[in-house]
Amino acid sequence: MLELDDVTVAYHERRVLIDVSVSVAAGERIALIGPNGAGKSTLLAAASGLLRPLKGEVRLAGDPVRELDRLDIARRMAVVPGEANLPFATRVEDVVALGRLPHEDPFRGARPADRAATAAAIERVGVGHLLGRDARELSLGERQLVLIALAVAQAAPVLVLDEPTVHLDLRHQVGAMELLVDLNERDGTTIIAVLHDLALAAHFFPRLIMLDGGRIVADGLPVDVLSPARILDVFGVDPTFVRLPVSPIG
Amino acid sequence: MTTHRETLRTARPRVGWFGGVRDRPILLGGLGLVALLVALVMGVGVGSVAIDPADTIAILGHRFLGLDIPQTWSPATETIVVELRMPRILTAMLVGSALAVAGATFQGLLRNPLADPYVLGTASGAALGAAIAVLIPVRLVIFQFGLIQGLAFIGALAAITVVYKLSRNSGLAPLTSLLLTGYAVGSLLAAGLAMAMYLSGAALRQIFTYLLGSFDAATWSRFLATLPIILLASVAILLRARSLNGLLLGEQAAAHLGIDVKRERRILLALASLVTAAAVAISGLIGFVGLVVPHVVRLLVGPSARLVLPLSMIGGAALLAYADIIARLAGGIPVGVVTAILGAPFFLFILRRARTGYEV
Repeated sequence: MLELDDVTVAYHERRVLIDVSVSVAAGERIALIGPNGAGKSTLLAAASGLLRPLKGEVRLAGDPVRELDRLDIARRMAVVPGEANLPFATRVEDVVALGRLPHEDPFRGARPADRAATAAAIERVGVGHLLGRDARELSLGERQLVLIALAVAQAAPVLVLDEPTVHLDLRHQVGAMELLVDLNERDGTTIIAVLHDLALAAHFFPRLIMLDGGRIVADGLPVDVLSPARILDVFGVDPTFVRLPVSPIG
Repeated sequence: MTTHRETLRTARPRVGWFGGVRDRPILLGGLGLVALLVALVMGVGVGSVAIDPADTIAILGHRFLGLDIPQTWSPATETIVVELRMPRILTAMLVGSALAVAGATFQGLLRNPLADPYVLGTASGAALGAAIAVLIPVRLVIFQFGLIQGLAFIGALAAITVVYKLSRNSGLAPLTSLLLTGYAVGSLLAAGLAMAMYLSGAALRQIFTYLLGSFDAATWSRFLATLPIILLASVAILLRARSLNGLLLGEQAAAHLGIDVKRERRILLALASLVTAAAVAISGLIGFVGLVVPHVVRLLVGPSARLVLPLSMIGGAALLAYADIIARLAGGIPVGVVTAILGAPFFLFILRRARTGYEV
């Protein structure tokens, strides 16, 4: 579904992603982990065609990303927006409806099918109680859920999330993870999420990819990737600080 | 998530003052069109020679719809209606519609509620062009445009082109760069305008009249020369409503929603600037319409460009038509003064009401 083939990405002269090769099959559920500045978000930007690699190739559903236009990419990959900095008052349901833009008839706008998908996404993410409110007045956590609902409404085969749980309380963190598992297992959506919480990653994701210094340092089952020695090496902290579930789900 | 499974129906949007019209944009548009028709009849009737509304309707029906109506009016009345008042009121509507749609586009594109059609230097460019035209002792007519209209049009487009080109070479984020470059270029052009006004001597009043904006110089030929530019560019903007909607969440989110942000920004900037340039060429600098009308429309129907753009066109046309009628009733004060006097309190009123109804 998504392949990065020997990809190097540089901002100006600084290489932030170095010779990265990843293959993600359709229907996988993957968490990207690693310290700040490891290149996780850059990897997502390269995967979604926002950043052009210095070398290497990115393929999305078989086609090189650089040959796809934005609309093609948006129909294949939904990316949860990092922020919703709305210039005008916008109701929650109108924000979620923006997820249908790639599917809308360019001249006639949203059709009943689009409205149904929007309503279904609102229901599924559980933001129905926020309807009618100006999205700019929501708490950070509520806004995060609304943006996840937008990406769910986009209904692309690949769903990408960059730190989807940062502003969520514990209950909503677990709720968000369960939603991702449900989207993955019931709908077959391929999920790629950047996570900082190693416990959540280990518990809810069967495959972890760890980045450090722009390179992939580990890729596999949580139990293999999150070895105490590697946590000490990559994060520079005493591994006993990280309480991981005894048996990660596989 | 799994909690908070409230259905859509149990949590309907809060309905406030605007709740009734929000889901009825077609009703709103219809009301706007009726207001425009009334303005047309009123605008033809008002002036130094008052014309009876019945005569107005009869003349309009006879001349423009080809209806077979017995002629009960004098030929002089018909001349006033057809040759003077009609082009004037239609020009007011055209310019109002142009400024409002351009304002809505600039606000959405720059993601800035304070943006208006003049924000990226078009106003200063047009003003300097007009001032230079006044100072040049030649009278030229190209495509129905006098020298003032022609140079104002070219000045506005030249200014936005320079702003766009310069902004691309900056290390700043594109939107910040556009706004700051627009400000800098605008200031430079304003200095040029001040210089031109200082040197103008007796022609100062002519320049000043242009700056205030008016429809005194409206003619059929100028109206018809501008109409296709504004109409075609406005339709092209309407067809790109999706891009403006995507930009609501920011440029990166827009890209992820399938919008080629750089290309759309270039195209929409060009179209909105073209509309603005055509409007300021025939009317001068009329403020407030382009800033306020899109905001009022957004408060009524929400921020979707699919609704905001067409309703702004209708609203802008109505606002300027009525403003011009009032300006004439008040003895010919500049229409730009009327738009500000009318528009500012109305805008403040809307903002106050919006607190209790639709949350701003």
